[in-house]
Amino acid sequence: MLQTDVRKKLRDFDLEVSLSVDDGEILLLVGDNGCGKTTVLNLIAGLMDPDAGTIHQSGRALFDSDLNVNVPPEARNIGYVFQNYALFPHMSVYDNVAFGLRTRKIPAREVDFMVKDSLEAAGLWEIRKARASSISGGQKQRVALARALIIEPEVLLLDEPLSALDVRKQAVMRQELRETIHQCRVPSIIVTHDLRNVACIGDRASLLETGRITLSGPADDAMDWGRGALAEDSARS
Amino acid sequence: MATDQAKIGYDRGLKCRDQEVDTGDLFSRAKAAGLKVGLGALLILAMAFIALPVASLFLKSPLDAIIMSLHDPMVTDALRLSLMTSALTTATVVVMGTPIAYVHARFHYPGKELADSLIDLPVIMPPAVAGIALLMAFGRMGLLGHYLNALGFSIAFTTLAVIFAQVFVSSPFYIRQARTSFEDIDISLENAARTLGASRTYTFFHVTIPLALNGLISGAIMAFARSLGEFGATVMFAGNLQGRTQTMPLAIYTAMQGDLDVSLCLALILVIISFLVIALVKVLTRRVYKNASN
Repeated sequence: MLQTDVRKKLRDFDLEVSLSVDDGEILLLVGDNGCGKTTVLNLIAGLMDPDAGTIHQSGRALFDSDLNVNVPPEARNIGYVFQNYALFPHMSVYDNVAFGLRTRKIPAREVDFMVKDSLEAAGLWEIRKARASSISGGQKQRVALARALIIEPEVLLLDEPLSALDVRKQAVMRQELRETIHQCRVPSIIVTHDLRNVACIGDRASLLETGRITLSGPADDAMDWGRGALAEDSARS
Repeated sequence: MATDQAKIGYDRGLKCRDQEVDTGDLFSRAKAAGLKVGLGALLILAMAFIALPVASLFLKSPLDAIIMSLHDPMVTDALRLSLMTSALTTATVVVMGTPIAYVHARFHYPGKELADSLIDLPVIMPPAVAGIALLMAFGRMGLLGHYLNALGFSIAFTTLAVIFAQVFVSSPFYIRQARTSFEDIDISLENAARTLGASRTYTFFHVTIPLALNGLISGAIMAFARSLGEFGATVMFAGNLQGRTQTMPLAIYTAMQGDLDVSLCLALILVIISFLVIALVKVLTRRVYKNASN
Protein backbone atom coordinates (compact mmCIF):
# COMPACT_ATOMS: atom_id res chain seq x y z
CA MET A 1 0.00 0.00 0.00
CA LEU A 2 1.22 3.47 -0.94
CA GLN A 3 0.52 6.17 1.64
CA THR A 4 1.31 9.75 0.87
CA ASP A 5 0.80 12.83 2.99
CA VAL A 6 2.87 15.70 1.63
CA ARG A 7 3.00 19.47 1.54
CA LYS A 8 4.92 21.67 -0.86
CA LYS A 9 4.85 25.36 -1.55
CA LEU A 10 4.45 25.95 -5.26
CA ARG A 11 4.65 29.26 -7.12
CA ASP A 12 0.89 29.86 -7.32
CA PHE A 13 -0.50 27.80 -4.43
CA ASP A 14 0.37 25.41 -1.61
CA LEU A 15 0.10 21.74 -2.51
CA GLU A 16 -1.30 19.65 0.31
CA VAL A 17 -2.13 16.10 -0.70
CA SER A 18 -2.97 13.07 1.35
CA LEU A 19 -3.79 9.84 -0.46
CA SER A 20 -3.42 6.10 -0.13
CA VAL A 21 -3.55 3.46 -2.83
CA ASP A 22 -3.93 -0.27 -2.17
CA ASP A 23 -1.88 -2.96 -3.89
CA GLY A 24 -3.43 -3.70 -7.28
CA GLU A 25 -5.62 -0.60 -7.14
CA ILE A 26 -5.62 2.07 -9.83
CA LEU A 27 -6.22 5.59 -8.57
CA LEU A 28 -7.07 8.19 -11.19
CA LEU A 29 -5.91 11.65 -10.17
CA VAL A 30 -8.11 14.05 -12.09
CA GLY A 31 -7.79 17.79 -12.40
CA ASP A 32 -7.28 20.78 -14.65
CA ASN A 33 -3.92 21.67 -16.12
CA GLY A 34 -1.66 23.32 -13.56
CA CYS A 35 -3.50 22.02 -10.47
CA GLY A 36 -0.44 20.10 -9.28
CA LYS A 37 -1.14 16.56 -10.59
CA THR A 38 2.29 15.99 -12.13
CA THR A 39 3.94 17.51 -9.06
CA VAL A 40 2.26 14.84 -6.90
CA LEU A 41 3.77 12.11 -9.12
CA ASN A 42 7.18 13.80 -9.04
CA LEU A 43 7.07 14.00 -5.25
CA ILE A 44 6.22 10.30 -4.96
CA ALA A 45 8.93 9.37 -7.49
CA GLY A 46 11.51 11.46 -5.64
CA LEU A 47 12.12 13.82 -8.55
CA MET A 48 10.99 16.71 -6.34
CA ASP A 49 11.31 17.02 -2.57
CA PRO A 50 8.24 17.81 -0.43
CA ASP A 51 8.62 20.63 2.12
CA ALA A 52 7.14 18.34 4.77
CA GLY A 53 5.22 15.09 5.14
CA THR A 54 5.65 11.37 4.61
CA ILE A 55 5.60 8.89 1.73
CA HIS A 56 5.45 5.21 2.69
CA GLN A 57 5.32 2.17 0.43
CA SER A 58 4.39 -1.13 2.14
CA GLY A 59 5.66 0.26 5.45
CA ARG A 60 8.99 1.43 3.99
CA ALA A 61 9.59 5.16 4.34
CA LEU A 62 10.51 6.74 1.01
CA PHE A 63 10.25 10.21 2.49
CA ASP A 64 9.79 11.37 6.06
CA SER A 65 10.58 14.96 6.94
CA ASP A 66 10.52 14.26 10.69
CA LEU A 67 12.96 11.36 10.47
CA ASN A 68 14.99 13.11 7.76
CA VAL A 69 14.48 10.21 5.34
CA ASN A 70 14.60 10.94 1.62
CA VAL A 71 15.26 7.92 -0.58
CA PRO A 72 16.71 9.03 -3.96
CA PRO A 73 14.58 8.28 -7.05
CA GLU A 74 16.92 5.52 -8.27
CA ALA A 75 16.41 3.58 -5.02
CA ARG A 76 12.60 3.92 -4.82
CA ASN A 77 11.84 1.25 -7.46
CA ILE A 78 8.95 3.19 -8.91
CA GLY A 79 7.81 2.72 -12.51
CA TYR A 80 7.06 6.09 -14.07
CA VAL A 81 5.54 6.65 -17.51
CA PHE A 82 6.10 10.31 -18.39
CA GLN A 83 3.61 12.42 -20.33
CA ASN A 84 5.89 12.66 -23.38
CA TYR A 85 7.03 9.06 -22.67
CA ALA A 86 10.65 10.30 -22.25
CA LEU A 87 12.11 7.50 -24.36
CA PHE A 88 15.85 7.88 -24.85
CA PRO A 89 16.05 9.04 -28.47
CA HIS A 90 19.65 7.87 -28.98
CA MET A 91 18.78 4.28 -28.05
CA SER A 92 16.85 1.53 -29.78
CA VAL A 93 13.52 0.24 -28.47
CA TYR A 94 15.43 -2.76 -27.07
CA ASP A 95 17.99 -0.61 -25.23
CA ASN A 96 15.26 1.61 -23.81
CA VAL A 97 13.50 -1.37 -22.25
CA ALA A 98 16.80 -2.91 -21.12
CA PHE A 99 17.99 0.35 -19.46
CA GLY A 100 16.42 -0.27 -16.06
CA LEU A 101 17.83 -3.81 -15.92
CA ARG A 102 21.33 -2.69 -16.87
CA THR A 103 21.36 -0.05 -14.11
CA ARG A 104 20.66 -2.93 -11.72
CA LYS A 105 23.71 -4.75 -13.10
CA ILE A 106 21.67 -7.80 -14.10
CA PRO A 107 23.77 -10.23 -16.24
CA ALA A 108 23.50 -9.61 -19.99
CA ARG A 109 21.99 -13.01 -20.76
CA GLU A 110 19.23 -12.49 -18.21
CA VAL A 111 18.60 -8.98 -19.53
CA ASP A 112 18.26 -10.41 -23.02
CA PHE A 113 15.80 -13.02 -21.86
CA MET A 114 13.67 -10.55 -19.88
CA VAL A 115 13.62 -7.87 -22.59
CA LYS A 116 12.68 -10.42 -25.26
CA ASP A 117 9.83 -11.62 -23.07
CA SER A 118 8.61 -8.11 -22.41
CA LEU A 119 8.85 -6.93 -26.02
CA GLU A 120 7.06 -10.00 -27.34
CA ALA A 121 4.26 -9.59 -24.80
CA ALA A 122 3.84 -5.93 -25.81
CA GLY A 123 4.00 -6.75 -29.54
CA LEU A 124 7.18 -4.75 -29.95
CA TRP A 125 9.73 -7.46 -30.82
CA GLU A 126 9.58 -6.64 -34.54
CA ILE A 127 10.64 -3.04 -33.94
CA ARG A 128 13.28 -3.80 -31.26
CA LYS A 129 16.09 -2.32 -33.39
CA ALA A 130 14.21 0.87 -34.33
CA ARG A 131 15.32 4.15 -32.80
CA ALA A 132 12.90 5.24 -30.10
CA SER A 133 12.55 8.59 -31.85
CA SER A 134 11.30 7.02 -35.08
CA ILE A 135 8.33 4.93 -33.87
CA SER A 136 4.64 5.89 -33.72
CA GLY A 137 2.85 7.42 -30.72
CA GLY A 138 1.09 4.15 -29.82
CA GLN A 139 4.35 2.21 -30.01
CA LYS A 140 6.08 4.83 -27.86
CA GLN A 141 3.40 4.43 -25.21
CA ARG A 142 3.87 0.64 -25.22
CA VAL A 143 7.67 0.96 -25.01
CA ALA A 144 7.40 3.43 -22.12
CA LEU A 145 5.06 1.11 -20.26
CA ALA A 146 7.23 -1.95 -20.96
CA ARG A 147 10.29 -0.02 -19.76
CA ALA A 148 8.54 0.97 -16.54
CA LEU A 149 7.16 -2.52 -15.87
CA ILE A 150 10.26 -4.61 -16.60
CA ILE A 151 11.96 -3.37 -13.42
CA GLU A 152 9.11 -4.95 -11.43
CA PRO A 153 8.21 -1.67 -9.73
CA GLU A 154 6.58 -1.45 -6.32
CA VAL A 155 4.51 1.55 -7.43
CA LEU A 156 3.39 2.58 -10.91
CA LEU A 157 2.91 6.23 -11.88
CA LEU A 158 1.51 7.29 -15.24
CA ASP A 159 1.28 10.92 -16.30
CA GLU A 160 -1.40 11.49 -18.95
CA PRO A 161 -0.50 8.20 -20.66
CA LEU A 162 -3.04 8.61 -23.45
CA SER A 163 -2.80 12.31 -24.22
CA ALA A 164 -0.28 11.89 -27.05
CA LEU A 165 -2.49 9.37 -28.89
CA ASP A 166 -5.28 10.05 -31.37
CA VAL A 167 -8.86 9.43 -30.20
CA ARG A 168 -9.29 6.03 -31.90
CA LYS A 169 -6.07 4.68 -30.39
CA GLN A 170 -7.01 6.06 -26.97
CA ALA A 171 -10.10 3.81 -26.79
CA VAL A 172 -8.05 0.65 -27.52
CA MET A 173 -5.25 1.70 -25.20
CA ARG A 174 -7.57 2.39 -22.23
CA GLN A 175 -8.59 -1.26 -22.03
CA GLU A 176 -5.06 -2.50 -22.71
CA LEU A 177 -3.64 -0.19 -20.06
CA ARG A 178 -6.14 -1.29 -17.43
CA GLU A 179 -5.41 -4.99 -18.04
CA THR A 180 -1.63 -4.53 -18.06
CA ILE A 181 -1.60 -2.47 -14.87
CA HIS A 182 -3.94 -4.84 -13.02
CA GLN A 183 -1.60 -7.74 -13.82
CA CYS A 184 1.20 -5.98 -11.90
CA ARG A 185 -0.77 -5.88 -8.64
CA VAL A 186 1.01 -2.77 -7.38
CA PRO A 187 -0.46 0.56 -6.29
CA SER A 188 -0.90 2.67 -9.42
CA ILE A 189 -1.67 6.35 -9.88
CA ILE A 190 -2.71 7.67 -13.26
CA VAL A 191 -2.87 11.40 -13.77
CA THR A 192 -5.38 12.67 -16.31
CA HIS A 193 -7.45 15.71 -17.14
CA ASP A 194 -9.79 13.64 -19.33
CA LEU A 195 -12.81 12.27 -17.44
CA ARG A 196 -13.37 9.61 -20.13
CA ASN A 197 -10.29 7.79 -18.82
CA VAL A 198 -11.57 7.61 -15.26
CA ALA A 199 -14.34 5.04 -15.47
CA CYS A 200 -12.57 3.01 -18.19
CA ILE A 201 -9.22 2.64 -16.45
CA GLY A 202 -9.51 3.53 -12.77
CA ASP A 203 -10.84 1.75 -9.71
CA ARG A 204 -10.98 4.93 -7.68
CA ALA A 205 -10.67 8.60 -8.50
CA SER A 206 -9.62 11.77 -6.72
CA LEU A 207 -10.24 15.28 -7.92
CA LEU A 208 -7.31 17.66 -7.41
CA GLU A 209 -8.05 21.37 -7.41
CA THR A 210 -5.28 23.97 -6.86
CA GLY A 211 -3.18 21.59 -4.80
CA ARG A 212 -5.91 19.97 -2.70
CA ILE A 213 -7.99 16.83 -3.15
CA THR A 214 -11.57 18.07 -3.07
CA LEU A 215 -13.46 14.92 -4.05
CA SER A 216 -12.67 11.24 -3.81
CA GLY A 217 -14.67 8.12 -4.59
CA PRO A 218 -15.23 5.12 -6.84
CA ALA A 219 -14.20 5.72 -10.45
CA ASP A 220 -17.79 5.18 -11.68
CA ASP A 221 -18.99 8.15 -9.62
CA ALA A 222 -16.39 10.46 -11.10
CA MET A 223 -18.51 11.24 -14.15
CA ASP A 224 -21.08 12.84 -11.80
CA TRP A 225 -18.48 15.26 -10.43
CA GLY A 226 -18.14 16.75 -13.80
CA ARG A 227 -21.37 18.70 -13.68
CA GLY A 228 -19.33 21.71 -12.64
CA ALA A 229 -16.42 23.46 -14.21
CA LEU A 230 -14.34 20.35 -14.88
CA ALA A 231 -17.00 18.79 -17.11
CA GLU A 232 -17.43 22.00 -19.06
CA ASP A 233 -13.69 22.23 -19.60
CA SER A 234 -13.49 18.61 -20.62
CA ALA A 235 -16.38 18.92 -23.05
CA ARG A 236 -14.84 22.02 -24.56
CA SER A 237 -11.56 20.21 -25.13
CA MET B 1 -25.15 65.30 -73.44
CA ALA B 2 -24.32 65.77 -69.81
CA THR B 3 -24.35 62.00 -69.39
CA ASP B 4 -21.89 61.57 -72.30
CA GLN B 5 -19.52 64.11 -70.78
CA ALA B 6 -19.76 62.41 -67.46
CA LYS B 7 -18.98 59.05 -69.12
CA ILE B 8 -15.94 60.48 -70.92
CA GLY B 9 -14.76 61.99 -67.63
CA TYR B 10 -15.25 58.64 -65.86
CA ASP B 11 -13.31 56.78 -68.58
CA ARG B 12 -10.47 59.31 -68.38
CA GLY B 13 -10.45 58.92 -64.62
CA LEU B 14 -10.15 55.18 -64.95
CA LYS B 15 -7.31 55.48 -67.47
CA CYS B 16 -5.46 57.87 -65.17
CA ARG B 17 -5.92 55.48 -62.30
CA ASP B 18 -4.65 52.58 -64.47
CA GLN B 19 -1.63 54.65 -65.39
CA GLU B 20 -1.11 55.46 -61.71
CA VAL B 21 -1.32 51.78 -60.83
CA ASP B 22 1.11 50.90 -63.65
CA THR B 23 3.59 53.54 -62.53
CA GLY B 24 3.23 52.47 -58.90
CA ASP B 25 3.70 48.80 -59.79
CA LEU B 26 6.72 49.59 -61.93
CA PHE B 27 8.21 51.67 -59.15
CA SER B 28 7.81 48.93 -56.54
CA ARG B 29 9.26 46.34 -58.95
CA ALA B 30 12.26 48.57 -59.64
CA LYS B 31 12.66 49.07 -55.91
CA ALA B 32 12.62 45.30 -55.28
CA ALA B 33 15.09 44.69 -58.13
CA GLY B 34 17.34 47.48 -56.83
CA LEU B 35 17.28 45.97 -53.37
CA LYS B 36 18.18 42.54 -54.77
CA VAL B 37 21.07 43.95 -56.80
CA GLY B 38 22.28 45.96 -53.80
CA LEU B 39 22.17 42.94 -51.49
CA GLY B 40 23.87 40.77 -54.12
CA ALA B 41 26.66 43.33 -54.53
CA LEU B 42 27.08 43.55 -50.76
CA LEU B 43 27.32 39.76 -50.50
CA ILE B 44 29.89 39.57 -53.31
CA LEU B 45 31.91 42.35 -51.69
CA ALA B 46 31.87 40.59 -48.31
CA MET B 47 32.84 37.24 -49.88
CA ALA B 48 35.65 38.88 -51.85
CA PHE B 49 36.91 40.67 -48.75
CA ILE B 50 37.35 37.33 -46.96
CA ALA B 51 38.20 35.11 -49.94
CA LEU B 52 40.79 37.42 -51.57
CA PRO B 53 43.36 37.35 -48.72
CA VAL B 54 42.90 33.58 -48.28
CA ALA B 55 43.24 32.95 -52.03
CA SER B 56 46.26 35.30 -52.21
CA LEU B 57 47.92 33.27 -49.49
CA PHE B 58 47.72 30.19 -51.71
CA LEU B 59 48.47 31.97 -54.99
CA LYS B 60 51.45 33.97 -53.72
CA SER B 61 53.10 31.00 -52.02
CA PRO B 62 55.80 29.34 -54.14
CA LEU B 63 55.04 25.62 -53.81
CA ASP B 64 58.64 24.32 -53.90
CA ALA B 65 59.80 26.86 -51.31
CA ILE B 66 56.84 25.94 -49.11
CA ILE B 67 57.69 22.22 -49.34
CA MET B 68 61.31 23.05 -48.48
CA SER B 69 60.13 25.11 -45.49
CA LEU B 70 58.23 22.12 -44.13
CA HIS B 71 61.63 20.74 -43.06
CA ASP B 72 62.68 23.97 -41.38
CA PRO B 73 63.16 23.36 -37.64
CA MET B 74 61.25 26.54 -36.88
CA VAL B 75 58.22 25.14 -38.74
CA THR B 76 58.42 21.63 -37.31
CA ASP B 77 59.00 22.92 -33.77
CA ALA B 78 56.10 25.36 -33.99
CA LEU B 79 53.79 22.77 -35.55
CA ARG B 80 54.65 20.15 -32.92
CA LEU B 81 54.33 22.62 -30.05
CA SER B 82 51.07 24.09 -31.34
CA LEU B 83 49.41 20.72 -31.87
CA MET B 84 50.64 19.42 -28.52
CA THR B 85 49.61 22.46 -26.46
CA SER B 86 46.27 22.85 -28.28
CA ALA B 87 45.46 19.17 -27.73
CA LEU B 88 46.33 19.43 -24.01
CA THR B 89 44.37 22.68 -23.74
CA THR B 90 41.31 21.11 -25.36
CA ALA B 91 41.54 18.09 -23.05
CA THR B 92 41.81 20.39 -20.00
CA VAL B 93 38.93 22.58 -21.16
CA VAL B 94 36.71 19.55 -21.85
CA VAL B 95 37.49 17.80 -18.55
CA MET B 96 37.05 20.94 -16.43
CA GLY B 97 34.45 22.71 -18.55
CA THR B 98 31.94 19.88 -18.98
CA PRO B 99 30.87 19.66 -15.30
CA ILE B 100 30.79 23.49 -15.06
CA ALA B 101 28.62 23.72 -18.19
CA TYR B 102 26.27 21.02 -16.86
CA VAL B 103 25.91 22.69 -13.46
CA HIS B 104 25.17 26.01 -15.16
CA ALA B 105 22.61 24.38 -17.46
CA ARG B 106 20.73 22.54 -14.72
CA PHE B 107 21.18 24.22 -11.34
CA HIS B 108 20.90 27.61 -9.70
CA TYR B 109 23.26 28.78 -7.00
CA PRO B 110 24.05 32.13 -5.41
CA GLY B 111 26.45 34.11 -7.59
CA LYS B 112 25.69 32.12 -10.75
CA GLU B 113 25.21 35.31 -12.79
CA LEU B 114 28.63 36.54 -11.72
CA ALA B 115 30.21 33.16 -12.54
CA ASP B 116 28.54 33.26 -15.96
CA SER B 117 29.96 36.70 -16.68
CA LEU B 118 33.43 35.58 -15.55
CA ILE B 119 33.30 32.54 -17.83
CA ASP B 120 32.43 34.76 -20.81
CA LEU B 121 34.94 37.50 -19.94
CA PRO B 122 37.92 36.10 -21.91
CA VAL B 123 35.85 36.25 -25.13
CA ILE B 124 35.64 40.03 -25.01
CA MET B 125 38.93 40.65 -23.19
CA PRO B 126 41.75 41.64 -25.59
CA PRO B 127 44.29 38.75 -25.67
CA ALA B 128 47.15 41.08 -24.75
CA VAL B 129 45.22 42.11 -21.65
CA ALA B 130 44.63 38.43 -20.86
CA GLY B 131 48.39 37.85 -21.20
CA ILE B 132 49.37 40.64 -18.84
CA ALA B 133 46.63 39.59 -16.40
CA LEU B 134 48.01 36.05 -16.37
CA LEU B 135 51.49 37.47 -15.82
CA MET B 136 50.21 39.51 -12.85
CA ALA B 137 48.62 36.36 -11.39
CA PHE B 138 51.09 33.59 -12.20
CA GLY B 139 54.27 35.50 -13.14
CA ARG B 140 57.34 35.35 -10.95
CA MET B 141 56.19 38.46 -9.04
CA GLY B 142 52.50 37.70 -9.53
CA LEU B 143 49.81 37.36 -6.91
CA LEU B 144 49.94 33.55 -6.83
CA GLY B 145 53.13 33.10 -8.85
CA HIS B 146 55.11 34.74 -6.05
CA TYR B 147 54.25 31.86 -3.69
CA LEU B 148 54.63 29.22 -6.41
CA ASN B 149 58.07 30.63 -7.19
CA ALA B 150 59.03 30.35 -3.53
CA LEU B 151 58.04 26.66 -3.71
CA GLY B 152 60.19 26.21 -6.81
CA PHE B 153 57.42 26.27 -9.41
CA SER B 154 57.71 28.67 -12.28
CA ILE B 155 54.91 28.96 -14.83
CA ALA B 156 55.57 32.12 -16.85
CA PHE B 157 57.67 31.69 -20.00
CA THR B 158 57.32 27.89 -20.01
CA THR B 159 55.29 25.51 -22.18
CA LEU B 160 52.83 25.33 -19.28
CA ALA B 161 52.31 29.09 -19.64
CA VAL B 162 51.32 28.51 -23.30
CA ILE B 163 48.66 26.05 -22.12
CA PHE B 164 47.52 28.47 -19.38
CA ALA B 165 47.10 31.25 -21.93
CA GLN B 166 45.26 28.96 -24.35
CA VAL B 167 42.94 27.59 -21.66
CA PHE B 168 42.17 31.15 -20.54
CA VAL B 169 41.12 32.36 -23.97
CA SER B 170 39.52 29.20 -25.38
CA SER B 171 37.50 27.84 -22.43
CA PRO B 172 34.45 30.11 -22.99
CA PHE B 173 34.05 28.73 -26.51
CA TYR B 174 33.63 25.20 -25.15
CA ILE B 175 31.68 26.01 -21.99
CA ARG B 176 29.09 28.13 -23.82
CA GLN B 177 28.50 25.49 -26.49
CA ALA B 178 28.38 22.68 -23.91
CA ARG B 179 25.93 24.58 -21.74
CA THR B 180 23.58 25.15 -24.69
CA SER B 181 23.80 21.47 -25.62
CA PHE B 182 22.91 20.42 -22.06
CA GLU B 183 20.06 22.94 -21.88
CA ASP B 184 18.60 21.52 -25.09
CA ILE B 185 18.18 18.06 -23.50
CA ASP B 186 14.67 17.44 -22.17
CA ILE B 187 15.01 17.09 -18.40
CA SER B 188 12.35 14.36 -18.35
CA LEU B 189 14.89 12.06 -20.08
CA GLU B 190 17.25 12.43 -17.12
CA ASN B 191 14.33 12.02 -14.72
CA ALA B 192 13.24 8.86 -16.54
CA ALA B 193 16.75 7.43 -16.16
CA ARG B 194 16.72 8.21 -12.43
CA THR B 195 13.38 6.43 -11.89
CA LEU B 196 14.77 3.44 -13.78
CA GLY B 197 17.50 3.03 -11.18
CA ALA B 198 20.30 5.16 -12.65
CA SER B 199 22.37 7.30 -10.29
CA ARG B 200 23.17 10.90 -11.26
CA THR B 201 26.58 9.81 -12.54
CA TYR B 202 25.20 6.85 -14.55
CA THR B 203 22.52 9.13 -16.02
CA PHE B 204 25.14 11.74 -16.91
CA PHE B 205 27.36 9.29 -18.79
CA HIS B 206 24.65 7.11 -20.38
CA VAL B 207 21.92 9.64 -21.20
CA THR B 208 23.13 13.24 -20.93
CA ILE B 209 26.57 12.97 -22.55
CA PRO B 210 25.45 10.83 -25.54
CA LEU B 211 22.60 13.26 -26.25
CA ALA B 212 24.86 16.30 -25.99
CA LEU B 213 27.84 14.67 -27.70
CA ASN B 214 27.69 16.41 -31.08
CA GLY B 215 27.42 19.79 -29.40
CA LEU B 216 30.27 18.96 -27.04
CA ILE B 217 32.51 17.88 -29.92
CA SER B 218 31.67 21.09 -31.82
CA GLY B 219 32.58 23.13 -28.74
CA ALA B 220 35.82 21.21 -28.28
CA ILE B 221 36.78 21.79 -31.93
CA MET B 222 36.09 25.51 -31.58
CA ALA B 223 38.23 25.62 -28.43
CA PHE B 224 41.00 23.70 -30.24
CA ALA B 225 40.88 26.15 -33.14
CA ARG B 226 40.98 29.15 -30.81
CA SER B 227 43.97 27.65 -28.97
CA LEU B 228 45.79 27.01 -32.22
CA GLY B 229 45.40 30.63 -33.27
CA GLU B 230 46.20 32.17 -29.88
CA PHE B 231 48.86 34.90 -30.10
CA GLY B 232 48.48 37.90 -27.78
CA ALA B 233 48.14 36.20 -24.41
CA THR B 234 50.83 33.65 -25.29
CA VAL B 235 53.46 36.17 -26.35
CA MET B 236 52.84 38.27 -23.21
CA PHE B 237 52.73 35.41 -20.69
CA ALA B 238 54.84 32.66 -22.28
CA GLY B 239 57.26 34.60 -24.45
CA ASN B 240 58.57 33.54 -27.86
CA LEU B 241 61.14 30.78 -27.38
CA GLN B 242 61.50 28.34 -30.29
CA GLY B 243 60.63 24.79 -29.30
CA ARG B 244 59.32 25.84 -25.86
CA THR B 245 56.75 28.59 -26.24
CA GLN B 246 56.87 29.57 -29.92
CA THR B 247 53.55 28.32 -31.28
CA MET B 248 52.59 28.64 -34.96
CA PRO B 249 51.12 32.18 -34.82
CA LEU B 250 54.22 33.36 -32.95
CA ALA B 251 56.49 31.63 -35.46
CA ILE B 252 54.62 33.28 -38.36
CA TYR B 253 55.23 36.67 -36.79
CA THR B 254 58.90 35.92 -36.05
CA ALA B 255 59.62 34.40 -39.50
CA MET B 256 58.01 37.41 -41.23
CA GLN B 257 61.05 39.43 -40.17
CA GLY B 258 63.44 36.98 -41.87
CA ASP B 259 62.19 34.19 -44.14
CA LEU B 260 58.75 34.92 -45.63
CA ASP B 261 58.47 31.37 -47.07
CA VAL B 262 58.54 29.87 -43.58
CA SER B 263 55.88 32.34 -42.54
CA LEU B 264 53.73 31.46 -45.57
CA CYS B 265 54.19 27.73 -44.98
CA LEU B 266 52.95 28.04 -41.37
CA ALA B 267 50.10 30.32 -42.46
CA LEU B 268 48.98 27.78 -45.08
CA ILE B 269 48.98 24.98 -42.50
CA LEU B 270 46.84 27.13 -40.17
CA VAL B 271 44.42 28.03 -42.98
CA ILE B 272 44.00 24.36 -43.93
CA ILE B 273 43.36 23.44 -40.29
CA SER B 274 40.83 26.31 -40.05
CA PHE B 275 38.97 25.00 -43.10
CA LEU B 276 38.89 21.50 -41.63
CA VAL B 277 37.57 22.88 -38.32
CA ILE B 278 34.76 24.82 -40.04
CA ALA B 279 33.80 21.77 -42.12
CA LEU B 280 33.78 19.52 -39.04
CA VAL B 281 31.69 21.95 -36.97
CA LYS B 282 29.21 22.34 -39.84
CA VAL B 283 28.80 18.59 -40.24
CA LEU B 284 28.40 18.09 -36.49
CA THR B 285 25.97 20.98 -35.92
CA ARG B 286 23.87 19.72 -38.84
CA ARG B 287 23.71 16.37 -37.05
CA VAL B 288 22.74 18.14 -33.82
CA TYR B 289 19.82 19.91 -35.53
CA LYS B 290 18.81 16.65 -37.23
CA ASN B 291 18.77 14.85 -33.88
CA ALA B 292 16.89 17.71 -32.24
CA SER B 293 14.20 17.66 -34.92
CA ASN B 294 13.72 13.93 -34.35
